[in-house]
Formats: sequence, structure tokens, C-alpha cells
Amino acid sequence: MISLKNAGFSYGSRAILKDVDQELAAGSFHFLTGPSGAGKTTLLKMCYLSLMPDSGTLEVLGQDVTKLSREQITQMRRRIGVVHQDCQFLNHLTIRQNIALPLLVAGKNIEDNMDNLEDLLSWVDMAHRADAYPEEISGGERQRLALARAVIMDPDMIVADEPTGNVDWEMGQRLLTLLVELNKMGKTILLATHDLNLIRSIKGRVPASVLRLKAGQLSLAGAQL
Amino acid sequence: MSFNPLSFLFGDANSDQVVPPKGNAAWLTGFASAAMAFIAVFALTLSLAVGRLADYWSLDLARTATVQIVAEGESLQAQSEAALRVLRTTPGVERADIIDKSAQVALLEPWLGRNLPIDSLPIPQMIDVRLGPDGVDVESLKLRLQAEAPDASFDDHSTWRAPVLAASQRLRIMVALSLMLTGIITVIIVVLSAHNALASNQNIIRTLRLLGARDSYIAGAFVRRITMRATLGAVLGMALAMVAVVSFPAQPEANGLLSGMSLSGIDWLYPIFVPILVGISAFAASRLAARYHLHSVT
Repeated sequence: MISLKNAGFSYGSRAILKDVDQELAAGSFHFLTGPSGAGKTTLLKMCYLSLMPDSGTLEVLGQDVTKLSREQITQMRRRIGVVHQDCQFLNHLTIRQNIALPLLVAGKNIEDNMDNLEDLLSWVDMAHRADAYPEEISGGERQRLALARAVIMDPDMIVADEPTGNVDWEMGQRLLTLLVELNKMGKTILLATHDLNLIRSIKGRVPASVLRLKAGQLSLAGAQL
Repeated sequence: MSFNPLSFLFGDANSDQVVPPKGNAAWLTGFASAAMAFIAVFALTLSLAVGRLADYWSLDLARTATVQIVAEGESLQAQSEAALRVLRTTPGVERADIIDKSAQVALLEPWLGRNLPIDSLPIPQMIDVRLGPDGVDVESLKLRLQAEAPDASFDDHSTWRAPVLAASQRLRIMVALSLMLTGIITVIIVVLSAHNALASNQNIIRTLRLLGARDSYIAGAFVRRITMRATLGAVLGMALAMVAVVSFPAQPEANGLLSGMSLSGIDWLYPIFVPILVGISAFAASRLAARYHLHSVT
């Protein structure tokens, strides 16, 4: 699903990632952890094709991303669901319209996908807020909305950057449960977090591994959860 | 699959939703387009008026002439009749008529007021001459007049008509330049507002790209919105300008340029092209700006 070989990335002269080697299999669940500023977000951005490695190779969904055209990158992004900590919604659109946005930009008929849309709203327990605007909902609801938007295109992989960073423990668990359900449906999950309690709480629910990023190096931390 | 020219030009019609309906650029584009269209329609009306005036001076006035006889008493009467005889027998003269006293008073009234003691003023006898389309041999006509009516002088208006005609042509060029500048300013405003709209919506653009939107889709959304705002603004500006032109006080024919400040017949169609041209310009300018902007932002 994702293959990094000697991949590196620098912001100017500051090396963020150095010779990263890692394989993430399809359908696997990974936590990405590490201290603040270690490069977790940079690595995630590379995985959802927002950044390209400076050196080495990165394959996502079987494609060497450095050789993709702009159009191919656009097509690939539709196969990757992204959940940000700050969510990034279009505040002038309702929650239902925000969830449908990936369908809209892909030129799909929203009416044809209305059942799927309503199912997703129910799945993230947001059906009763479907006509509200993003600024009218809580942080936890925003994260669930972001997750619903990330999966509406039925992606192969979900990349989540600190989705539980701004929510309480209970809401964090609800989000993790949703991600576990997606993983059981065969989606590859890559979840960046610094919350060790969240990582521990997955034990026994799905097989997951913890990747630790430190000083630009990525390593498998501890045993499989 | 059917070909939809609007989709070809603007992309997906639903893409409009992704652009926030409000923003700094929203009123700026509409207002600037309305103002530019108003100025353009006014300049167009002025251009048409100048054109009509130039045509009048170059065509209609070119076929008129005046004979003036400065004499008194019986001599004036005799020379007037002689001059009329000469004129009416000259090939190329369609018509020659004495301007009678009442017509002369009417001509002088705007300058000297009512109750004009015309009999006490040394006013020359005037003969209004209408020439045929091929004109006359002016030199031989002058020689014949000199022989028959020595105090008569022939004036074909060419001495004052030529500089006025040149000035009207220059005015026409200046109005055309004003129209061109109005168009250029409109394009610049649209380009700036497109950049402004794109720059102030960076987060939306970033989000749309992450969701798999093509740059052409994003550009189409902004181009559609900016083009609609500019066109609607221009339609409003055109309508206001046309109301202003219609309500322009009617002027007598003698008032020259002012009397031509109106639209008639096919002239009414010309202002319609203003919002169409603004729309086309806004589409091309915003499309170029959006593509450039999106290409420069990774």
C-alpha cells in the first residue's frame, strides 16, 4: 500500500525525514507517533501526496508518486481519505454539502449517492446536524464530519493527522471505533497521534503497529498491539 | 455524451458552490464593472453623437452655401434679384432662396433678444443655397456673381467647416481611446479581483485539492463566479447609463453636439454589446489569472 525506500525530505537546509524505509501493507492499521516537530505531519503529507520526497522513493497504492502527472496525482488523492486536526471545511456549505464535497469535485451525481450520504451521516451520528454549518458544531462533531467526508469516495486508505487532538477521551474513543470499523472493512489506516492511551486502547480490537518517528528516522516501536 | 458549450467554458455548473458567496472581491468586481459599463455606454453615446455631427458637417453642410449682399436700398433689391438669377441658372445649384426678414430675426433672436429693431440695423441680404451632390464650379460662379451683383460674396462654409471637421474627427478618436481604456481598466480590475479572490481562499483551494479536485475545476468555479459578477454588474451599469441617456434633456437641432446626445434606431443595440464584451473580457482575464495563480501555488 505504502512503500518508503531511503525517502528523505527537507525544509530548506533542515532535514525533516532521513532515509526512511518502511512498508505498510494493504488493510493494516498503523499509529504514527513521535515528539512534536519530529515530522509526523510531513510524513503524512507525503502519504497523501501533498508533498513529494526530496530523495529516495515513495510508492503509494502501487505507484511511484514522484513519476505521477498532476492529473494522476488528482486521481490518486481520490483514493486516499484524509482527516486533519483542523478539519478544513468550507464554512459556507452545510455539513451534508461538506461530506458530499469529494463527490462534487469528482463530478459525481450527488443524487445518485444520496443513500450513501445519509448512511454516512448516521454512521458518524451526525444525521440530526446535517443542515448545520461547520461553525455551529463542536470539535468532536467536526472530527466525525471530517471522517465521513474522508470515506465517502470509498478510499483504499485513511490518513488521519491527530484527529483526537482537540476532543475529549470519550469522543476520541468514538473516533477510534469508527476507524477500527473502517479497518475491518479492509481500509488501510495511518493515524498520527501522541496520545499513548489512545494507542493502548486499541489492543484486542484490531491488529495494529506503532511507528515511531524520531530525529527524522522511522522505526517500529515495540510489539504488535 | 452531449456537448455542452457552457460546461466547456466554465466547467461543472455545480462547482459554483465551492466559492464563498461573499468576499472582498465580490462587491468590487460588480461595482467596478457597473461603473465601467456606465462610462462605456456614455462614451459610446458620445461617440455616436460626434459621428453624426461629423457626418452632418462633412456631408450635409458641404452641400450648403450662403450668398451675402451688403448694399442698401434699390441697389440691394436689384443685386439680390440678379444674384438669385445667376444662382438658379448655375449647373449644380439645386435651390437658392432669399432668407426673408422674419427668418433673419429668428436667427438673430438667440443672440440679440426679442423686439429686434431689424429695420434700423445694417443687416446684409442673405441667400440660402442648396448644392447638388456633384457640387458647383465655385470659381466661375464667383466670377458671374461679381459681374451681376458686385456687392455679393459667396461662402461655401469651407473655411470654418474644415477645422471643425478635423476637431470632430479628433474627438471621435479620443472617445474611441476612452472606450479602449475603459476596456483595459475593466480587464485589470477583473484580474486583480480574481487574484484577490484566489488569494483570500487559499484554504478552500488547498482543501479542494486534497479532496481530489482538478485545478481546472477550481479555476472554473472561480471564473464562473467572477464572470457572472462582472457581467451582472455591467448589465446594471448599462441599464443605468441608458436611463441617463434617455432622460437627457431634448435639445434643438441647432445645438450641434448636445442635440446628438441620444440613441435612435439601431443605436440602441450597441450598448447591449458592452456587458457582452465585459463578460467575455472577465471570462478570459479571470481564467488566465486563475490558471496562473493555481499553477504558481503548489
